[in-house]
Amino acid sequence: MLGIWEPVESQSIAFGRLRWGVPLSDLDRIVITGVGLTAPNGNSLPEYRQNLLVARSGVVNYETRYMGPVLAGVCNFDELRYQKKKDLRRGTRAGSIAVYCANEAVKDSGIDWPNVARENVGVYIGITEHGNVETENEIYEISKFEYDTKVWSHHHNPRTVANNSAGEVTLNMGITGPHLTLGAACAAGNAGFIQAVQMLRLKEVDLAIAGGVSESIHTFGIFASFAAQGALATHEDPTKACRPFDRNRNGIVVAEGGGICTLERLPDALKRGAKIYAEVIGYAMNSDAKDFVLPDSNRQAECIYLAMKRAGISPEDVDIVSSHATATEQGDIEEAAALRRVFGNSPKTFINNTKSFIGHAMGAAGALELLGNVPSFDDGIVHATINLDDLDPRCALPNLVINQPREIGPVNCILNNSFGMLGINSVVIIRKFQG
Amino acid sequence: MTSDQIRQVILDILGRIAPDEDLTDLDDARPFREQMELDSMDFLDIVMELRKMYRIQIPEEDYSNLNTMGGTVEYLLPRLKDVPVGA
Repeated sequence: MLGIWEPVESQSIAFGRLRWGVPLSDLDRIVITGVGLTAPNGNSLPEYRQNLLVARSGVVNYETRYMGPVLAGVCNFDELRYQKKKDLRRGTRAGSIAVYCANEAVKDSGIDWPNVARENVGVYIGITEHGNVETENEIYEISKFEYDTKVWSHHHNPRTVANNSAGEVTLNMGITGPHLTLGAACAAGNAGFIQAVQMLRLKEVDLAIAGGVSESIHTFGIFASFAAQGALATHEDPTKACRPFDRNRNGIVVAEGGGICTLERLPDALKRGAKIYAEVIGYAMNSDAKDFVLPDSNRQAECIYLAMKRAGISPEDVDIVSSHATATEQGDIEEAAALRRVFGNSPKTFINNTKSFIGHAMGAAGALELLGNVPSFDDGIVHATINLDDLDPRCALPNLVINQPREIGPVNCILNNSFGMLGINSVVIIRKFQG
Repeated sequence: MTSDQIRQVILDILGRIAPDEDLTDLDDARPFREQMELDSMDFLDIVMELRKMYRIQIPEEDYSNLNTMGGTVEYLLPRLKDVPVGA
């Protein structure tokens, strides 16, 4: 009997339609039908994709409280497209990002939104952390009043409850179905998609609005903590600061952003003639159970194998692996080891990294990195890993796409890694929709 | 501060907490909530801003005095009459 960490034989006839060896009914097939995003280098999928192909970075110099100049991936989306100024004042940056992306996704989906039964819509948004921004702001504010807690804002609690970003989406869009914000460290973007797939398969909802968001650049604490850990990137040229797999990397570039999709059961999407970006054919999450911050290639590989087993595919069925690598030494080495173990004998699998362009978008990372690769189904191009000028031999990988995008022909399957602190691992596998 | 100066302070606060509203024709005799979108959290913002700006503690039982611009100015005048503008 195979362990879940061992490869399964290719089942190409039923590619992507098996779960534990049992054929999926069409009602269990979940498809992505709309995309909304804001990344440091793009506020729509076409703009973002184009900038990934031409190696346009979104990392800039940035001032943060107490620490002064740092580097960050900063978004510049139209905050007032779907919210009033008062909404922005009342809510959070994470909420605002989520509202923008959710509305963009619904608009992109072409669904007849005014006539959608809002009680059957679920909102599932992954976050790395939440509340730090508002708490830091309030402490800074009361420091100007000799720490008199009587000037602590009554807005603090609704801004810092853990469901904030998903809740703000429901308030903005009049959604009365369930909403959850999923705390999953930097695996959160994938976790949002996974929750959506599960809830759709359980028939808990008919439409899911899901993905991940990050407001992390607005808390000095995340920069200070990475700096204290020796894991905050510095570089005289911000666009070259994020250097996964490169011998001269020196840490993480923190970014904000959001990536949210509409997901539906296949028959619903087909019935309304929806544009289908991709089908989610596999996913997995597991835990290292080992260390607060250090990753574990063994558990990462197990997570990848489990996702592939659920999808009913083998490593050679995967055309693109979107790596998680954050440009920390140990993180890069561990993921490279996991990828070599799984894809070392898979000559048609290509590997890239999106953080090298935009930094680490934390809760949004998994979502943005998956979405940046989705257009490969149409153009057959893999965007690169940039800033890779001196490959760390410990990170050498077959078919790592370095500095220049690469045309690889038909792309049918993409696997997205997203890992986080406390040893949380997540993998999502999508395939080109083929009917 | 004079009544007119207090009125301007309140207008400035309303401008910050309700930035989408046009306050040009605000009627001092009518309740704020009849003239603009103002919920209980916004109302607490008015109280909080006054607390921060002038260290005034407004007890909850007095909140009903702040329903209109006229009532607010009347309530604040004796409490702010010795406070210079911009304090």
